[in-house]
Amino acid sequence: MRITRTRTAGMRLAAGVLTAGLLVGLAACSRADDNSGSDGAAVTAGPDGTDDGTTLTLWTRAPLEKQAKLLVAAYNESHKNQVELTVVPNDDYVAKVGAAAGSGGLPDLFAADIVYVPNWVKQGLFQDLTAQIDGLSFKDAINKGHLAAGTADGKEHVLPFVLDLSMLFWNKDLYKEAGLDPDKGPANMTEYVANAKAIQALGKPDTYGTATGLNCGGCLVFTWFPSVWADGDQVMNADGTESLLNSDTAKSVYSSWKDLWDSGAVLPSSKDEAGPTWTAGFTEGKVGQMFYPATLLSSTTGFDVGVAGIPGPKGGESTFVGGDGIGVSKDSKNAAQAWNFLNWMMSEDAQVGVLAKDNDVVSRSDLANNEYAAKDPRLVTINEVAAKGDTPVALNFQQAFNAPNSPWLTLVRNAVLGDGSSVDKDNDEITAVLSQ
Amino acid sequence: MTLHTAAAPPAAPAPPGTAPRRRTNGHRLRGWGYASPTALFVLVLFVVPLVLVFRMSASKWPLLSGDQGINFPDNFTAAVDNRFFVDSVLFTLKYTFFATILLIGLGLGLAMLVQESSRWKGLLRTSFLVPSALGLASASLLFYVLYSPLVGPLAPVMEHFGWSFLGTPNAALASTLFLIVWRYAGFYMLLMLVGLQAIPSDIYEAARMDGASRWHTFWRITIPLLRPTLALTTILCVTGSLLAFEQFYILTKGGPDNSTITVVQLIYSVAFQGQNDLGVAAALSVIVLAALVVINVVQLRAFRGSDES
Repeated sequence: MRITRTRTAGMRLAAGVLTAGLLVGLAACSRADDNSGSDGAAVTAGPDGTDDGTTLTLWTRAPLEKQAKLLVAAYNESHKNQVELTVVPNDDYVAKVGAAAGSGGLPDLFAADIVYVPNWVKQGLFQDLTAQIDGLSFKDAINKGHLAAGTADGKEHVLPFVLDLSMLFWNKDLYKEAGLDPDKGPANMTEYVANAKAIQALGKPDTYGTATGLNCGGCLVFTWFPSVWADGDQVMNADGTESLLNSDTAKSVYSSWKDLWDSGAVLPSSKDEAGPTWTAGFTEGKVGQMFYPATLLSSTTGFDVGVAGIPGPKGGESTFVGGDGIGVSKDSKNAAQAWNFLNWMMSEDAQVGVLAKDNDVVSRSDLANNEYAAKDPRLVTINEVAAKGDTPVALNFQQAFNAPNSPWLTLVRNAVLGDGSSVDKDNDEITAVLSQ
Repeated sequence: MTLHTAAAPPAAPAPPGTAPRRRTNGHRLRGWGYASPTALFVLVLFVVPLVLVFRMSASKWPLLSGDQGINFPDNFTAAVDNRFFVDSVLFTLKYTFFATILLIGLGLGLAMLVQESSRWKGLLRTSFLVPSALGLASASLLFYVLYSPLVGPLAPVMEHFGWSFLGTPNAALASTLFLIVWRYAGFYMLLMLVGLQAIPSDIYEAARMDGASRWHTFWRITIPLLRPTLALTTILCVTGSLLAFEQFYILTKGGPDNSTITVVQLIYSVAFQGQNDLGVAAALSVIVLAALVVINVVQLRAFRGSDES
């Protein structure tokens, strides 16, 4: 009795599955040609866009919450249009955007980690803003890395929303205690290692020479790539399809860090640090020097901080021009109003009156020496290094570098925590992912 | 008995009437009316997603650009060729093995403890059960902080011994298992307790009069009579552990060195973290679904077989 019942139930289920399958199959077929190709529709809007009291939606990810809130509040106060901001946890952002893109539910405006922008533009998530961006009188002063990341087939889709640069930060109080010159950061990786060891040698409880996120691909990309660039080397080929992270320069960077790790001068929790607390040690004053995000300058208080570009093994300085780009989504019905927000965002009012006032980096080089930067020489340093920095462009960037199980993470962990003999093999694995 | 209910599909409508009486159309319509809400839910929440997954698994379906047409069986080859496929399967099996042994053993132990002791019964039951009231994700976050070598309260201990809870593959597995035991032992205790209380006390009394030792009573009476409960808990625990995700997603993120990637985590990362390929992720899901069906059939057979012998 039992057996027969299960069988009929099974057949009923099979029949149901079949019927529903046909239905869904039809539905899926009719939807398939909706969103194909990268030719996002071009936005038609005047140079200033439209300000008619429309409600616009904007998504951004949590690390840029502070800047996004300030910008949105200032815009809402001075315009008829109102922007509704949604802040999404960092780890969920790609999934949320992906789901919304599939169902046609993207907000009017959304920001994207600049390293994902090339792929998202290619997938057609952003509308074409070429005519509007070309119409800006200060176009040449807009951060080149961000503009380039959002350009596909000569069409521009994305403007810089918030710039986040990786810089060398050092704790001047700890430098003084260790007998180092508090006004001068290390000029190359050798000095960086020596300074970290000097601070470690103080033997202060809970205090370490340096820190990083050895289980956080994004942190390592952000803070270690500049060391390679500083020596004039590259991390990938121009197309972003081949990894060059086994160059002599890169190997020298890994061995400096291996030396630091083996000598115990690195905050021990760095080994498992997957991202959430990777800056906490320095912010709490427990770490002597660190490659650190410049957006956190305004929240690093309680001790005196020195700022410089990230040095390479032989010297020089560079930075990772990260942060988020922003564009009008393919699903927006209010493109002219959305452009009004973007146009205002690039204006001096927003760049200086909101971002620079909050000690953030401006995304226009012609505004680098503004009234707020003049008060704090560290901001001038950051703005100057920004011009020397780089933004890597690759379609499979997330999978190759940022993902929790990326081959880049394997490379770094083997090179720094292991014996360092597998860099070439691990680099091939990165290339394999990049070239897919 | 619980077993059979669990195996029957929830969708099965009532069996046709036994009486050969002719029914009016009104009766029939009313019957459909009663069944339709459930049928609708099953269709919308179970059948449609299932079919969608099958279709995805046979299609080129990137996360950001949607369906690009059939490409069967490319997704399945890509899924099996994924460099973490074998590792994640092995790790999931290893985790399931330990989690099941620990939870069933502890659940039974705790149930017998709270059944025997009379004085602290209420307090004990409550304290074992309280963690079950916490969502798994919240519990994982709680342990994330407890285990953190930077901000956790145990940080000084870890520093003293130069060791951390999530630092090595084995430590990470053990720490996650501890979280799971803490979170679920009470729940399994409750299920076991229900089973234990269903055993008539006169059987124990008879055994005692015959002079059976405690050990004998346990092996010869408690365990055989508890078989349906053991079957239910084992199936729940094995299926649940094979689908483990939150605890590893929050605590270890698959680390250190990709040693704690479970199958579901692999599906998630293929879909949303990097490859962004829903087709391959769906193919992995279909493989997992097939494996689960096979594993559950084997388990049901095993428990049923010994039931009838």
